[in-house]
Amino acid sequence: MAKLMLEVNNLNVSIKVKQKVYPALEDITFKVNENQVVGVVGESGSGKSLTAQSILGILPANTEVTGSIKLENDELINKSSKAWQKLRSNEVSLIFQEPMTALNPLMKVGKQISEVLRKHTNYSNNECYRKTIDILKEVGLKRPESIYHSYTHELSGGMRQRIVIAIALVNNPKLIIADEPTTALDVTIQAQIIDLLKDIMKKRNGAMLFISHDWGVISQVCDYVLVMYAGKIVEQGPMENLISNPQHPYTKGLLKAIPDFKKRGEALYSIPLRVPALTERRKGNWPYIEITEENKQVVADIFPEILQRETKE
Amino acid sequence: MLEPIIEVKNLTKTYKAAQKKFRQKTSYIHAVKNINFQVLPGESFGIVGESGSGKSTIAHLIMGINKVTEGEIIFRGRNIAQLSRGGEREICRNLQIVFQDPYSSLNPKKSIEWTLTEPLIIHSIGTKASRKEKVIEVLEEVGLGESYLKKKPHELSGGQRQRIAIASALILEPEVIVIDEGVSALDVSIQASILNLLNELKEKHKLTYIFISHDLNVVQYFCDKIAVVYLGDLIELFQTEEFHQEEHAEYTKKLFNAIPDVSFTSRTS
Ligand SMILES: Nc1ncnc2c1ncn2[C@@H]1O[C@H](COP(=O)(O)OP(=O)(O)O)[C@@H](O)[C@H]1O
Ligand SMILES: Nc1ncnc2c1ncn2[C@@H]1O[C@H](COP(=O)(O)OP(=O)(O)O)[C@@H](O)[C@H]1O
Ligand SMILES: [Mg+2]
Ligand SMILES: [Mg+2]
Repeated sequence: MAKLMLEVNNLNVSIKVKQKVYPALEDITFKVNENQVVGVVGESGSGKSLTAQSILGILPANTEVTGSIKLENDELINKSSKAWQKLRSNEVSLIFQEPMTALNPLMKVGKQISEVLRKHTNYSNNECYRKTIDILKEVGLKRPESIYHSYTHELSGGMRQRIVIAIALVNNPKLIIADEPTTALDVTIQAQIIDLLKDIMKKRNGAMLFISHDWGVISQVCDYVLVMYAGKIVEQGPMENLISNPQHPYTKGLLKAIPDFKKRGEALYSIPLRVPALTERRKGNWPYIEITEENKQVVADIFPEILQRETKE
Repeated sequence: MLEPIIEVKNLTKTYKAAQKKFRQKTSYIHAVKNINFQVLPGESFGIVGESGSGKSTIAHLIMGINKVTEGEIIFRGRNIAQLSRGGEREICRNLQIVFQDPYSSLNPKKSIEWTLTEPLIIHSIGTKASRKEKVIEVLEEVGLGESYLKKKPHELSGGQRQRIAIASALILEPEVIVIDEGVSALDVSIQASILNLLNELKEKHKLTYIFISHDLNVVQYFCDKIAVVYLGDLIELFQTEEFHQEEHAEYTKKLFNAIPDVSFTSRTS
């Protein structure tokens, strides 16, 4: 059996805004195994980044967390900030969407990578340099020695994203979290970065949580997917199953909305509901849509859960 | 045969490259070179390519936002390449643009009503009362309505802001709208509703679109013709319907092979 890497159980995150507490994540439960890429897909505001931030221990201060997050059976919730920091430098890494915000424009890129090693290992300067060159090669950058000495503004978007990936990988993390890592890139470069991440995963027996709002990308990278809406997992399952036979009407709706050649000439389906803003949410009331006589049918078609809620009352 | 509404002939734009060293000889970047194409009235003309390939440059030249270095832009039989946008009201009215990020193109301090009324005032159209009527009409056309008049851009979602950007392109009743990555930043369900809206408006007002996108699924769904640009060159131009029957340039093949496989979408519809 595959080794269990990450286990999230009944994770709840609430956020305080102007003295009031709102539910941001409700009952998030899923697993990531070694050698597995788990995708998180959903519209913006659905809680994808907050899920990542919870696992990395980088939630903003105005949040409250309950539930359990275990990395290789080690409970992370309520760890000290020092312990989190150690974890982030050795065991869990984050790859950001926007390479420019993750990189320092004033420092040579090679230095930025070797700096990570210097801080968190006992390697000599020479070893740090060699490891950095190795990782630059691994992320597919040619002439790593000259890349080492360049600055971010001298590199293309695709190259910068490779540097960000190198920084995330250099400490051999057990779990990589990629939050929209290809969203800012062009299709052709996107495809290269996706291939790179897949290669690296294979070589390292890694585990990855891959966040994207783009089903095309998700379908290429992931073995297993979580579909989120307004802070909850609507549906989860193995990739192939989920896209060929989605169970939840919301998932079906998202998939139907994707344009392609075959849909030419017909109007696209669009989900007639928007993701409620945080401050519109009331705990226990998911999907947080005010039900009226007029919209009841529309909402129930997409979230049949509201019908169960009524019969319970 | 149908006369093209826009024809671009040998369109070239060069920029001076930033000088790296003092007194270095100035070098030039060809943002686009020798581009030729015709857009027929009522067509959705797609332009695809990687970032930096010259898509926005083409859009800006057609719009008169940037000056043409060489070549012609024929609009309804007349070369407009050397005209200044401010000086030629009629053309300015007839060509409108929608950008990717309406947040940066909408004035954050001004109400939606102000944003939509401003072009009418500039073009001395209507009276105060009739202008307001027109603004409300356009707001309704883009699916928003009167209640949005007093709102500011930050009070709107991404999809709503894009609807306002479309409304402000529509208000002068143009013939051609250039859409530069106009749906690229949106979630798929919102993107679907905006694409539907654009198609409805096109039908209703007999619009012509020049639709720029790096998203090949969107372009293959939306456009009648597709022009592929690479490093400032127009590599290939084809009818979307015939894409699967024809032989294509190597670059086009590479670009279209990189499209993530979303064939499952048909299984669910
Ligand atoms: N620090 C914060 N303060 C207030 N609201 C927040 C904060 N962080 C996130 N949110 C809200 O929580 C919801 C989920 O956000 P996020 O996880 O960033 O969504 P996603 O990544 O899926 O787009 C959104 O409604 C967002 O506005
Ligand atoms: N104002 C400018 N000055 C110098 N170079 C520019 C300017 N605008 C665009 N370019 C260059 O022209 C080329 C084409 O850019 P652009 O038309 O924006 O491409 P796209 O829209 O396809 O991403 C790029 O190499 C870009 O750097
Ligand atoms: Mg996010
Ligand atoms: Mg552009």
